[in-house]
Amino acid sequence: MSNVEGKLFIEPERYEFSAAPFHQFELARRDFCRILGAGIAVFAIAKDALAAQETAPGPRTFHNEELPKEISAWLHIGEDGSITGFTGKAEIGQNIRTALAQTIADELRVPFESVRMVTADTALTPFDAGTFGSRTTPTITPQLRRVAAAARDLLVGVAAKEWNVAPAGLVAADAKVSDPASGRSLKYAELARDKTLAQNLPAEDPITPAAQWAIAGKPVPKVDGRAFVTGRHQYAPDLRPAGMLYGKVLRPPSFGATLTAYDDGAAKAKPGVFVVRDGDFVGAAAPSADEAQRALDAIHAQWKEVPQISNKEIFSYLKQNAAAKTDDRFRKQKGSVEEGLASAAHRLDATYNVAYIAHAPLEPRAAVAQWADGKLTVWTGTQRPFANRDELADVFHIPESSVRVIVPDTGSAYGGKHTSDAALEAARLARAAGRPVKVVWTREEEFTWAYFRPAGVIEIKSGIASDGALTTWEFHNYHSGTSGVDTPYVVANQRTEYHPVPLILRSGSYRGLAATANHFARETHMDALARAANMDPLDLRMKNLSDPRLRAVLETAAKSFGWPRRKTQEGQGFGVACGCEKGSYVATFAEVAVDKTSGTVRVVRLVEAFECGAIVNPDGLRNQVVGAMIQGLGGALFEAIEFKNGRIKNPHFASYRVPRFRDVPEIEAVLLDRKDIPSAGAGETPIMAVAPAIGNAIFDATGIRLNNLPMVPNGLRSA
Amino acid sequence: MMAIELEINGKRYPVNYPADTSLLYVLRDELGLTGSKYGCGEGQCGACTVLIGGAPRRSCQIPLSAAAAKPITTIEGLEKDGRLNPVQQAFLDAGAFQCAYCTSGMIMSSVGLLQTNPNPSQAEIVQFLQGNVCRCGTHPRIIEAVRQAAKMMQEHGR
Repeated sequence: MSNVEGKLFIEPERYEFSAAPFHQFELARRDFCRILGAGIAVFAIAKDALAAQETAPGPRTFHNEELPKEISAWLHIGEDGSITGFTGKAEIGQNIRTALAQTIADELRVPFESVRMVTADTALTPFDAGTFGSRTTPTITPQLRRVAAAARDLLVGVAAKEWNVAPAGLVAADAKVSDPASGRSLKYAELARDKTLAQNLPAEDPITPAAQWAIAGKPVPKVDGRAFVTGRHQYAPDLRPAGMLYGKVLRPPSFGATLTAYDDGAAKAKPGVFVVRDGDFVGAAAPSADEAQRALDAIHAQWKEVPQISNKEIFSYLKQNAAAKTDDRFRKQKGSVEEGLASAAHRLDATYNVAYIAHAPLEPRAAVAQWADGKLTVWTGTQRPFANRDELADVFHIPESSVRVIVPDTGSAYGGKHTSDAALEAARLARAAGRPVKVVWTREEEFTWAYFRPAGVIEIKSGIASDGALTTWEFHNYHSGTSGVDTPYVVANQRTEYHPVPLILRSGSYRGLAATANHFARETHMDALARAANMDPLDLRMKNLSDPRLRAVLETAAKSFGWPRRKTQEGQGFGVACGCEKGSYVATFAEVAVDKTSGTVRVVRLVEAFECGAIVNPDGLRNQVVGAMIQGLGGALFEAIEFKNGRIKNPHFASYRVPRFRDVPEIEAVLLDRKDIPSAGAGETPIMAVAPAIGNAIFDATGIRLNNLPMVPNGLRSA
Repeated sequence: MMAIELEINGKRYPVNYPADTSLLYVLRDELGLTGSKYGCGEGQCGACTVLIGGAPRRSCQIPLSAAAAKPITTIEGLEKDGRLNPVQQAFLDAGAFQCAYCTSGMIMSSVGLLQTNPNPSQAEIVQFLQGNVCRCGTHPRIIEAVRQAAKMMQEHGR
């Protein structure tokens, strides 16, 4: 267990530029019939499965020459007509449990209520790299459609054989196969009875186009909604297996501190308490969380701390510590930015800073771990159950087949639950105690020992011609990341570069990754260019945009917002921003009211148009879009992690301000349904344009240009 | 240690813990009433809200000694004979949740609000729920659900 310490604080997950992970796959086909009973199952062989489980675009790729032999079931039709779909994706509030069940019901031609989804269980579901990158809708939705289409074909084949007719004339609908020629029909349940049939997924099977969807595309309410409004749903922190103990972990006083003196005699003397020290990991398990905490309090531990920089110096530090030469893959160039600058009528250089922020999911990191016969089962709220499984197997030196990770529908993540911290801690304590152990992080632990959206510095040099056409665009991102770094505007001369900097605070994915920072800088800058050229900010954008989908969201949102608007009050301002990322398109318009005496900035109204191809569930999508707008408002206005010498200075909701009811403006989300375009994911892109739209509105109201996120943590002081 | 009886959702529970033990701990870890959530342990997020004597309280901040005198209602106690409380029904109808981890606390706070103010304005709802955090950004639907619940309760009598 000496490598527990190393694993507890592993290099964070930043899939946009991390190396390919090493995976080992099980070779055995799982015994679904044992779990689900007889019936019909559709399996996908490895190649199809992997195609569907591709990670987010980026350097990480699977090694095709090392295709796993794993065969996983994606769909099962039971003898009672129950339909079960399987996916390794996790339900974290984005409503995929509902949307994927809709998809299966739609393609299989069965009532929505007859479909249930088994999600994110490493023993039951197909391998999945993780629930991130807005990938569930573009990859798993078509995969489950292909699977359901294959199952339908299988059922039709069974009926054709039964009736001794050609399958081509039979119709699958309403959970039965019918023969229009004879009027006969058999329910799927009847066709599945007494059979154990398995079908491998055919390579090509036509799936139903969006224009013909009957159940998908509809605002079906959230599955199990009643379990949530009655408090019956059990999140990971709610689980209580028999004999369970409560675990607590002794945290160092600051990041990077190492243990120099240690005495746990008094703690170990407490009855019913198990104390574990393993490297720098120290934890206790006890019959109650309080007793576990008191055991930790009784431990005498001394730590050696290391001096570290603070949030006050972070931006200059990032500039100074960037790699002297960047990797080719982080650099893009076309034309000549120097020539573009020379031909510009207006030039503008600016620097933008983006603070560290926290995900602060309301369900903190938590895990319940249970060992039995050398095998480990962990229930935990994570976005990456299979990666958690692999890490647990690695740390405890057991085969992956001896670890099962189950993800109960989770109290949100926003990119913040990729790592397996709580799972490792609970498993380590459970192994020592010989009983199940639950670890639930406190809010302070969550704010301190999770990971953050990285801070960043962005520099832009630009020029436009007198008619507003961009002549040059040079964009440098230091540390925050590459998502959304490419400009959607047409410009002949451009240079884009990402400059990695070694981590300061533990950092990782966050809803939209760096796209929020990069869009904030770019869209703020476009607004400033429009002002410099004395052009309407929307006109300047349209002048430089050719992408019809981006133009369409701008036009749609402008119409709903009523752009251009005339100011009717002192302190009123209007702003616009837009962008595209991960196959979806967004335009956001903001109205703000600034009280110039007090410096108070109030967002009065946000209007956003969003387009992600064919909409699978407009009700769930609206929740995601509005939710992203409100979450984006926090990072735009006031969210920032303060730190000094390896300590987080505001690790509480009282000191780290998140959006609350009073912060929420009037919100309008306009969803464009493009049935002719494959569905893209929607969890991230709707957050991107919120901050620049608000900032541009603040400029419109005050003439003050705010280039740092958050923009007004203490109000508009210089107003 | 403090041996007392708590009245929760109409049932009586004898408990014996130190007087400063939080009500949330007793509900979740001892009585298995896990519908009330731990979100911060500091009274800052509202996920643990229960009604004590009809008034919404952050159970993580209520010591056992202060919880004994009055009847306690948790999210588990709102449904009666398989019928949802109008606030639960309104949250369900409005789809006023995403991850739903805040939902128990939101519903308990809203039930408390409507007991003292059966027809709250939007501003009053916002003011009352200011201490409840929803990180998924479902606030507009939550406000709408509370308005609908108020309407339902007035139409069908309380």
